[in-house]
Amino acid sequence: MEFLHIAWAYKEMLLVGAATTAVISGASILLGMPLGLAFAFGLVSHNRPIRLFCAVYRSFWRGTPLLVQILLVFYLLPSIGLDLSPVTAAVLALILNTSAFQAEIFRGGLSAVPKGQVEAAQMLGIAPITIRRRIVIPQLLRLVTPAITNEFISILKNSSIISVISVTELLRTGQQIVSATYRPLEVYGLIAIIYIVMNLVIAQLGRRAEARLARGARA
Amino acid sequence: MTVIDTISQFLPLLLSGAWATLYVTSLATVLALGLGLVLELLNGSSLAPVRWMVRTYVEIMRGTPVLIVLFMLYYGGPSIGLVVDPVPAGILGLGIYGAAYFAEIFRAGFQSIPRGQIEAGEMLGLSRTSIVLRIKIPQMLRLIIPALFGQIVMMFKESALLSIITVSELTKVATQIVNETSSIIEPYIAVTVIYWVIIEAVARCGLFLERRFSHGA
Repeated sequence: MEFLHIAWAYKEMLLVGAATTAVISGASILLGMPLGLAFAFGLVSHNRPIRLFCAVYRSFWRGTPLLVQILLVFYLLPSIGLDLSPVTAAVLALILNTSAFQAEIFRGGLSAVPKGQVEAAQMLGIAPITIRRRIVIPQLLRLVTPAITNEFISILKNSSIISVISVTELLRTGQQIVSATYRPLEVYGLIAIIYIVMNLVIAQLGRRAEARLARGARA
Repeated sequence: MTVIDTISQFLPLLLSGAWATLYVTSLATVLALGLGLVLELLNGSSLAPVRWMVRTYVEIMRGTPVLIVLFMLYYGGPSIGLVVDPVPAGILGLGIYGAAYFAEIFRAGFQSIPRGQIEAGEMLGLSRTSIVLRIKIPQMLRLIIPALFGQIVMMFKESALLSIITVSELTKVATQIVNETSSIIEPYIAVTVIYWVIIEAVARCGLFLERRFSHGA
């Protein structure tokens, strides 16, 4: 019962923490998307240096721990004269991280868009930029919805790591409540439940988006 | 101080950190693989409550940040009389968390084995154990190598979080060097490079095994 008692006593703090986590991860996913898309096109580019640059970028952000990336962004930027608040640094690190994972997702999707369609459009004299915007990208978004949903869930969970640079998101809110109540098991259990519920909501939204986009495919 | 200076000056410390990262991640991976396989075998049980419990465990772990699992073990343990040192708590936390992911990978692997093969095995009078050991696991292993190595890479990256519960692995070593010297960036760049090398090596290993085992198929 201690559990519900804590939840009720700290309901406002918990709500603010959960909202912060939701906004930070949502913003990171959305802002990382155009960047991820650009890197995906870079990965399949005919230009070798561009391809190489994108591959190294992807390898770095996917091949090092997020905690280290966050610390790097947080400490590196002030040393080159950019003074960022912890929240900005955290969002920036999450955007750079997710853009590499999204680039890989989009690249996978690109190879699933039939080549014949692009060739047909080229034959019809449609400009390359229009081919991407009107033919490739709309189909790509439909193909990658399940994978992007998973990426959203993993960013929501990983956003807990930004608590180390003192961003008061959900996990840090939990730590503050623990230091006031000395009830780590109950509080962290409660925080875990909030994360699980948020992830179930995202999974549900993802399924809805998938169903909606599938309707467009048949029409 | 440049990155090279930092590396040469603190080489023994960095190496001990890298060793600790390899050590805890390997043990956690072995634990996670074993537990994941057990979970998946229980998931094939004919008892509905057992299957239900396995699903719940997997869904809870997959919906929770690993940092919370670590905090519950390390800070929450003492309140139920379970005092764990940082290293075992970290290995246990990473292990039980990764197990849920490995269980899902094993499930996908088992599902892709044609039913007819299992039926044929049953017809030939093979026991259930030998069907699992001789038919299912060898074929499943080949199919799941890419996913398996993807998850092992995840475990290496997640092991950085053990620095938060004071395990002296690579990330913790970087923080230590930052505290000892005036440089902030160089130690982090140095450990980032070490992580990158370790993780690239693990990923390459996966690719090698994938190519190697595809010959048998």
